[in-house]
Amino acid sequence: MDEQAFLFAVEQCSFGYTGTPVLEDIDLRLGQGCFYGLLGPNGSGKTSLLDLMSGAAAPQKGQVRFEGREIRSYSKAALARRMAIVPQDLHIGFDYSVFDVVLMGRHPFIPRFARPAQTDLDLVESALAEMDVGRLRERSVMQLSGGERQRVLVARALAQNTGVLLLDEPTASLDIRHTLDIMRALRQRVSATGITVIATIHDLDLASVFCDELIVLSRGRVYRQGPVASVMTEGLIREVFSAEAEVSPDLLLGKPRVQYRYAHA
Amino acid sequence: MTRNLAILLLLFACLLALIIVTTGLGYIRIPVGQVVEIVFAQLIGNPVPAGLDDRFAVVITDIRLPRILTAALVGGGLAVAGGVFQALLLNPLADPYTLGVSSGAAFGASLAIILSLVGIALPVVWTVPIFAFAGAMATLVAVFGLSSPDSRFSSNTLILAGVIVAAILSAGIGFIKYMADEEVGIIIFWLMGSLVGKSWEEVLLVLLISLPCLLTIFYFARDLNIMALGEKTADSLGVDSLRTRKLLLTAATLITAGCVAVSGIIGFIGLIVPHLLRLLVGADNRLLLPACFLAGAILLLVADSVTRAFLPHEIPIGILTALIGGPFFCYIFRKRQLGRGR
Repeated sequence: MDEQAFLFAVEQCSFGYTGTPVLEDIDLRLGQGCFYGLLGPNGSGKTSLLDLMSGAAAPQKGQVRFEGREIRSYSKAALARRMAIVPQDLHIGFDYSVFDVVLMGRHPFIPRFARPAQTDLDLVESALAEMDVGRLRERSVMQLSGGERQRVLVARALAQNTGVLLLDEPTASLDIRHTLDIMRALRQRVSATGITVIATIHDLDLASVFCDELIVLSRGRVYRQGPVASVMTEGLIREVFSAEAEVSPDLLLGKPRVQYRYAHA
Repeated sequence: MTRNLAILLLLFACLLALIIVTTGLGYIRIPVGQVVEIVFAQLIGNPVPAGLDDRFAVVITDIRLPRILTAALVGGGLAVAGGVFQALLLNPLADPYTLGVSSGAAFGASLAIILSLVGIALPVVWTVPIFAFAGAMATLVAVFGLSSPDSRFSSNTLILAGVIVAAILSAGIGFIKYMADEEVGIIIFWLMGSLVGKSWEEVLLVLLISLPCLLTIFYFARDLNIMALGEKTADSLGVDSLRTRKLLLTAATLITAGCVAVSGIIGFIGLIVPHLLRLLVGADNRLLLPACFLAGAILLLVADSVTRAFLPHEIPIGILTALIGGPFFCYIFRKRQLGRGR
């Protein structure tokens, strides 16, 4: 593939806060229409890498190119029509209703002083339904539980309806049903509409089953990148995550499954 | 949308009615009908209608209207500034004075008042507003300067910088008071805020400063909504949150500085009006901020009319707003806490 064909090209990027390097020599090429899982232990630089890719932070060395152009050269408005993000921070400052917050996802598409068009409202409705928060629509976001708020924020990003979706631990505070709901919704969007999803995920089994490719970070460097089957191995889990696990192929899903081994068992 | 328009029209009608009614109140009572006739005649340049007292026209246009309009503009301006500070700093307890602007203005005004002590005799009517305004703006520059190592201008940094600058200025004001000796009464009176004897020049001054700032703020109201989602998300939705934050902080501070320059420090309006309205009409700044302007104007006008027309002696307006606003705020606060409890 030539350079222009990549959706993202992270080229020799280093990034850190004064005195503490966070990412070193990151070199990645990401294609379109793929569900990427970004894995790594706490403090391995996952959030910083997402920040570089969304243009929220600039690398001290190297550059990030998105659709062939330096990411920081896009205007914020132009980027907002191409890329949606869900940060880890779940805080919302004021008493907006769930519907209002999800509608904020349409902000880049609604001209100033104009009312939302029917397409905007339709996208909001389908995002509300997909994240199972439709019945909360009139509730204030300040009265929601952490998991409900997280689903509202993912719904907000889905309503933005962009070709690229970056999510920082979208399932962190969810119960199993809503975790699966979010993963299925993302998987379905990738398969059906060809969008690209990049999500940090802590559950290795979940990542194996739903993602197409994995990017594993360890101590600020890319440890490995590739299709799930080639990346997710017992050796990797031992070396990167310092945990013992059994990785066995699931013939039905065609994906490796991860089962942790517990010392006392 | 129609609901929003209805709320704003209702508030506007209230304000208009209140302006007409309060113009008739005072030492010389003027019936509402005659107020309307005289104002209308003056507006289209006709002489005072036959059969009406000539003194009424002077009382209305030269004495009462400027004071009433100043009260409305200052009240509205402070309420909008408070709403903007609360939205920007993501803190419902912020008010127009959070960044230390009031201390800056007070320091400037105190300085102007004691200038005569060192032998510089300038007309206090002019030097006090100018010095107060300059003091307020200098404070903003200092707070921005102090916050600038934090390239994101986070609200904690700004609030902390404001507290530091205000603390230093308060010491400065204390020193001036100590030096001022006999003039100290004037300083204290100014600090408590007053709308006594406001002229058309002052109406014009406040209007010229706050109108462009208000329009800027209303223009960015939707971006301000988005910024409640946090900086990262706001940026990813196409809002340049750092630039918008600096711009709106400056606009709100300019309004505050203009208000403080003509009226002294009037507390509580900028805190309670946006807070109450957020409970009543919701957090959408596109409705909230214009509603704040109208409600703030109504509130300060009522308070000023009470001290002007009903009390035997005028008391400083800043004291009155706190006396009316404080208990009312307690009531709402309690009610809300109880509503939340289980």
